[in-house]
Amino acid sequence: MNYHWNWGVFLQEAPEGGVRYWELLVAGLGWTLAVSCLAWVIALAAGVLVGTLRTVPGRLLPGLAAAWVELFRNVPLLVQMFLWYFVLPELLPPLKRLLADADPTTAQFAAAVLCLGLFTSARIAEQVRAGIRSLPRGQREAAAAVGLTTAQAYRHVLLPMALRIVVPPLTSEAMNLIKNSSVALTIGLAELTFRARELGEYTFSYFEAFTAATLIYVAIAMSANRAMAWIERRVAVPGYIAGGGR
Amino acid sequence: MTDLDLGVIATALPYLWKGFAYTLELTVTAALGGIFFGTLLALARLSGTRPLALAAAGYVNLMRSVPLVLVIFWFYFLVPLILQGITGAERPPAVGAERTAIVTFILFEAAYFCEIVRAGIQSVPRGQVHAAHALGLGYAQTMRLVVLPQAFRNMLPVLLTQTIVLFQDTSLVYVISATDFVGAAAKVAQRDSRLVEMYLFVALVYLAICLLLSQLVRRLQRRAAVVR
Repeated sequence: MNYHWNWGVFLQEAPEGGVRYWELLVAGLGWTLAVSCLAWVIALAAGVLVGTLRTVPGRLLPGLAAAWVELFRNVPLLVQMFLWYFVLPELLPPLKRLLADADPTTAQFAAAVLCLGLFTSARIAEQVRAGIRSLPRGQREAAAAVGLTTAQAYRHVLLPMALRIVVPPLTSEAMNLIKNSSVALTIGLAELTFRARELGEYTFSYFEAFTAATLIYVAIAMSANRAMAWIERRVAVPGYIAGGGR
Repeated sequence: MTDLDLGVIATALPYLWKGFAYTLELTVTAALGGIFFGTLLALARLSGTRPLALAAAGYVNLMRSVPLVLVIFWFYFLVPLILQGITGAERPPAVGAERTAIVTFILFEAAYFCEIVRAGIQSVPRGQVHAAHALGLGYAQTMRLVVLPQAFRNMLPVLLTQTIVLFQDTSLVYVISATDFVGAAAKVAQRDSRLVEMYLFVALVYLAICLLLSQLVRRLQRRAAVVR
């Protein structure tokens, strides 16, 4: 393989003027993290709500929650991204007028956050549902026996336990979200992978650019792992295997 | 609200079908290749040879911490260079996005299938291995005749679920302009300025197929559970 590595490329000035390529990569990393963090908030809120609704008594609410999960799980993320960014404004003329005056980056960012947030919420909902299902039936019955309503049983008994149990699987969902945020490049958001490809196109130093992006993603994955391991230790339920089996 | 023109979809159907056929080809090849190499990786990860186990673990962890989009870009530029290295040609051969994508997905999915197969192997009771050794079977025979058949039966539902995920993920070849189902739809959408119709159609097709497949997997899961 004859490829001439040129690691100095990161210090070169980008054609946009005044900035060096490494600064563009860092800016891309900023967008990756910003999209991921906001989407995570949406995903967590919607996911916990939908996952809880899947386990409540009755038919209507669990049915709607199941439909939500199936809808967001069975359409490719890329297609969902296109629906949010290209199709939704066409179906809602007021939104289209609003976006016509807005900065395109704002529209890309909003579409990416909503898309990734709701996409991930379906996955979180499944984990939360599994967490609630894993609780012994006696917990629900005991809550009813001491006179708690269904809402109170969830608020004080079931969710505090279930949410602590599902922390480990949520770790991998958080990592998936950060990786999935790269799909936002298809609607033009200048996140990390977008900047790496752009650097390659401008300088032909594709492999240097991809190596840098790969190292950054690996570093993110490793630090996210550490952070979540710490949280896992903090919230582990005593008596469960993760809690040290006490 | 714009008027929907469903005729656009009807006219584009032959072209869309071509894209869809490629999506299917990519999914099936990547699933079979990924399971094959994934099994080899899993055996390597579980082997007693430390350097081999470490190398396999390193590969799997690397692939799993990097976005698929970035991996697709990597291989898109890497595959021609590797082929040039092998054949000794003067310039990198033109491989084409479609064929590069097949290599990419096999190697990428192998990492994910590896973890599934590894869990499957570990779910087989150790007594089975001891019994096989007691019968005088060697390592290869134990794996091929005793452990892997049981492991694959245990993990069949998970393998199929991962294949549904793979089916959806193949749409990302869009980023190297390959003409898969989404790629074909995007090309028509941009040519005719009919983004709404094309993208809604694509979404509905994926939704219908994936819903059907996941229902089938769920039914299979209830049936195929190993009786112990």
